[in-house]
Amino acid sequence: MVRVEFLGPIQKESLEIEITNLEQLADILQQDKEIAEWLENSAVAVNDMLVNSLDVALKDGDKVSLLPPVCGG
Amino acid sequence: MLYLYDGALNVSKILKDWYDEEANSNYGAYIPFVGTVRSEDGISGLSFDIYEPILERWFEAWQEKARAKGAIIKMAHSRGDVMLHESSYIAAVFSPKRRVALEFIDEFVEDFKASAPIWKYDLKDGQRIYASDRSTAIKGSGILGVKK
Repeated sequence: MVRVEFLGPIQKESLEIEITNLEQLADILQQDKEIAEWLENSAVAVNDMLVNSLDVALKDGDKVSLLPPVCGG
Repeated sequence: MLYLYDGALNVSKILKDWYDEEANSNYGAYIPFVGTVRSEDGISGLSFDIYEPILERWFEAWQEKARAKGAIIKMAHSRGDVMLHESSYIAAVFSPKRRVALEFIDEFVEDFKASAPIWKYDLKDGQRIYASDRSTAIKGSGILGVKK
């Protein structure tokens, strides 16, 4: 299982899903009306490292985080 | 040297503590930036969420860059609510000479605004409203939204 967390203002509970790569996660989240609007401007981290490609394999126990636009300070 | 606090920062104490910590470190320059909540658009304050694991990594990468120039960075930020005229953010650079610190504080604060995983909300009329129009998508965002 891969845990998917939605950070900051994204109002959605974490998911535990059986996926083996980020391509599959994109397919699932694009079908989800609650989350679809956030996908275009959210960054993605795998195990707390930001990634900039969907070409990332996932294994059991991995954590994927979605980070919407930020504004510290 | 990253410090996170619940609520507003005690600015005078933090600036003094940092000054005292480095008083004998032979730095010629100490350049702090303090961010204070201003009254605008009828807000009563701001509120912040922080994702600490990625913030710590981002900060460590900057600390490495600073060390390479003989400098150090310290940063403090609030979690949760910070009311008008209170402060939520302090960044400071210590360096042997002023030029490095002046340039570093500028680059660091700009990248902080664009990259640090912190989310800001306006406190207004009893609500906590995401400041979407002032927020910046982190570099590389959007990969999950690309349609095949």
